[in-house]
Amino acid sequence: MSGLLYRMTGVAGVKPGTRGRLRPVWEEEPSKAGLATKGVVLVLTCLAVLFPLWVVIVTSLSSVSAITDAGGLVVIPRGITFVAYQELLGGGQVTRAAVISICVTVVGTLFSMAVSIMCAYGLSRPGSVLHRPLLLFMLATMFFGAGLIPTYLVVQGLGLTDSYLALILPSALNVFNILVLRAFFMSTAQELVESARIDGAGDFRILWQIIMPLSRAVIAVITLFYAVGYWSAWFNASIYISDPEMMPLQNVMNQLVLKQERPTGLTQVINTGHLSLLAIQMAVMVLALIPVAFLSPFVQKHFKEGMLTGAVKG
Amino acid sequence: MSLSTDDRRTQGSPASPPADKDGAARGQVRVSTKVPLRHRLRRDRTLLLMTLPAMLLLLVFAYIPLAGNVVAFQDYDPYIADNAFQAIMQSPWVGLEWFQQMVNDRLFWSALGNTLTIFLLQLTLFFPVPVLLALFINSFVRPRVRAVAQAILYLPHFFSWVLVITVFQQMFGGAGLIAQTLRENGYEGFDLMTDPGLFKFLITFEMIWKDAGWGVIVFLAALASVSTELYEASAMDGANRWRRMWHVTLPALRPVVALLLVLQVGNALTVGFEQILLQRTAVGPGASEVLDTYVWNVGITNGGFSYAAAVGIVKGIFGLLLVLGANKVAHLMGEQGVYKK
Repeated sequence: MSGLLYRMTGVAGVKPGTRGRLRPVWEEEPSKAGLATKGVVLVLTCLAVLFPLWVVIVTSLSSVSAITDAGGLVVIPRGITFVAYQELLGGGQVTRAAVISICVTVVGTLFSMAVSIMCAYGLSRPGSVLHRPLLLFMLATMFFGAGLIPTYLVVQGLGLTDSYLALILPSALNVFNILVLRAFFMSTAQELVESARIDGAGDFRILWQIIMPLSRAVIAVITLFYAVGYWSAWFNASIYISDPEMMPLQNVMNQLVLKQERPTGLTQVINTGHLSLLAIQMAVMVLALIPVAFLSPFVQKHFKEGMLTGAVKG
Repeated sequence: MSLSTDDRRTQGSPASPPADKDGAARGQVRVSTKVPLRHRLRRDRTLLLMTLPAMLLLLVFAYIPLAGNVVAFQDYDPYIADNAFQAIMQSPWVGLEWFQQMVNDRLFWSALGNTLTIFLLQLTLFFPVPVLLALFINSFVRPRVRAVAQAILYLPHFFSWVLVITVFQQMFGGAGLIAQTLRENGYEGFDLMTDPGLFKFLITFEMIWKDAGWGVIVFLAALASVSTELYEASAMDGANRWRRMWHVTLPALRPVVALLLVLQVGNALTVGFEQILLQRTAVGPGASEVLDTYVWNVGITNGGFSYAAAVGIVKGIFGLLLVLGANKVAHLMGEQGVYKK
C-alpha cells in the first residue's frame, strides 16, 4: 500500500546518494524550529558521551606546561607530546599490565568462543539425544546465581588463586551468548547440513565448514561481547590475585587513577617536572579505552542480531 | 558412526525450520523412541562430546558453588584444613544461627534499604531513558544520522566500570573539570564523588551514561518492526504525529517494556555491584553499602564466610521470588514476560 502510494505520487522514492525526500508523503512536514531543536538535542546528547573522552585524550597528550596553564585538565589542545605514552609503554608496571590484559583477553575469548560454539551446535541439532535435559541444565543457571562466597571458595579449593586461570575459567561462559549462537545455528538452512551429512561430513566438519561461515555476523558480535568482558574485568583479579605484578590493566588503572597511587618507577620523571602525573593517569585511561572504542563500531550493524535472536527463540 | 543410524536422525528432522519446538520435536520424539537409548547415545556421541566442556564449566562454576552454600549452615573456618573443600568437610554445623543473627544485624538492614532505594531510583530515572532515546533517534529519517548517533551512544556500554568512574571523577570530582572551572572563575569548587547524600543519584547518573544508549537497541528493533501501513492508515484517518505515537508506536513497545520491566524487577537486589565497590571508600559504606558489597565486605575482606554466604542465600531466594512474582504480574496483565505460561 505504502509502496503504491510512493509510486503514484513519485515524491517519496528513496534514492540512495541523493538528497531525496525520505519522509513518507502522509507525514506532516516538520517545522524548521522543531528540526533545529531536535538537531541541537541530538548533538548535545552525543557530546555528553564524547566531550569527557575528548578531555581525557587531550590531557594525556599535553605537556607539563600546558597542564599547569590549564590548571589541570586540558580542553583545548596546545601542542601534542607523547611523553606519557613513551614512559608508560617503555616497560614497567603499566606495560606489564597491558600485556597481561591483552593475553587474558585473547586466550579467554578464544576459549570462551570455542566452548560456546561447540555447546551451541551440540544442542542445536533437532532430536538429538539428551538435548532437552542438557538445555535445562544450562538454562537453570540463569535463574540462580550461586553467590560470591561459595564461588570464591570453589576457586580457592581448586587451587586457582594467584593463577591467570582464575581470570578466565569462572567467567568463561555466558549462557545467554550460547543461546544466541544456538538460535542462529538452528535458523541456518537445514538442507545444507543434511546434504553435507549425506556426503559423509561429520558434526565437527559441518560446524566448521557450513554453520560457522554462515554465522559470521553473530559470531563477530558474541566474540566482541566476550572480549569486552575479559578486557573490562577487574573484580576477579582483585579477589583471586594477590601478586601486584600479575594485575591486569583495569586493576592498575583503579590504583593509579581512582585511588591516586603513585605509579612505581615513574616517580623520578614526575618529580623532575618532566612529566605530569595527570597526563600519566589520562594516558592509562586512553590505553584502556582504545581497543573497545575501535572495535565496537565495526561490529555495530550486527548488534541487533546478537541482542535479539536469543531473546526471541531462547 | 554408521550411515544407517545417522540416517534416522536426518529422517526424523523435518525440512521445515526446526526451531518450532512443538511441531518438529514431537514428531521427532516418536521416531527416536523406536531407537534404543544406547544406539542414540552412540549416534549422537559427537554432539554430546561437543557440549561436554561447557557442561563441565557450568558444573564446576555454577552447580558446585551452589552446593557450596552449605557453609551458611556451618561455622566455616578456612584455616582448619589446607583446602577449601576439606575445610567445608571439617567445619562444625551450626544450623540456622547465621540467619537468626541477620535479623538483628543493623548493617544488613541498612544494606537492604540502600539496595531497594537504588533499585527504585533506577526504575524511575534510568528505565524511561532508553525508551525516550529510542523514540528520539527513530524520529530522524536519515540513515546516516541514525547510524552515527547510535555508534556514539553505544560506546560507553563497552567501557569498564573502572573507566566510567574515572571519567566521572575527572568531570565531577574535587579536582575535576567542573570544579576546576568554577574555582578559576572565583566560585567555590565542589566534589560530587565523595558526597554521601548525592551518592545514589550519582550512581544512577553513571548507569545512564554507560548503558542508556545501549538499551536503545531493543526498542529501536521493536519500532522498526511496526508496520508502516498502521501509521499510514492512522494518518489517513486524521491522526496527527502525537496521536500516531500514542495509538501506534507506544502499543508496539508495550511487550518489550513489559519484558524489560520483569527482568529489571527480577534483578532488583543486584544493583551496581562493581560500580559501587569501586566508589565505596570514597563515600563510605553508610550511603553506598548494598547487599552484594556487604557480602563481599563481610566474607572476602573480613573472612566471615559463613555469615556472608547466609546473606547471599537470602538475597538469592528473594531474587528468585521477585523474578517469578514479576513474571506472574506480567502474565496477569496479558504480557508474555520472560517465560511462557
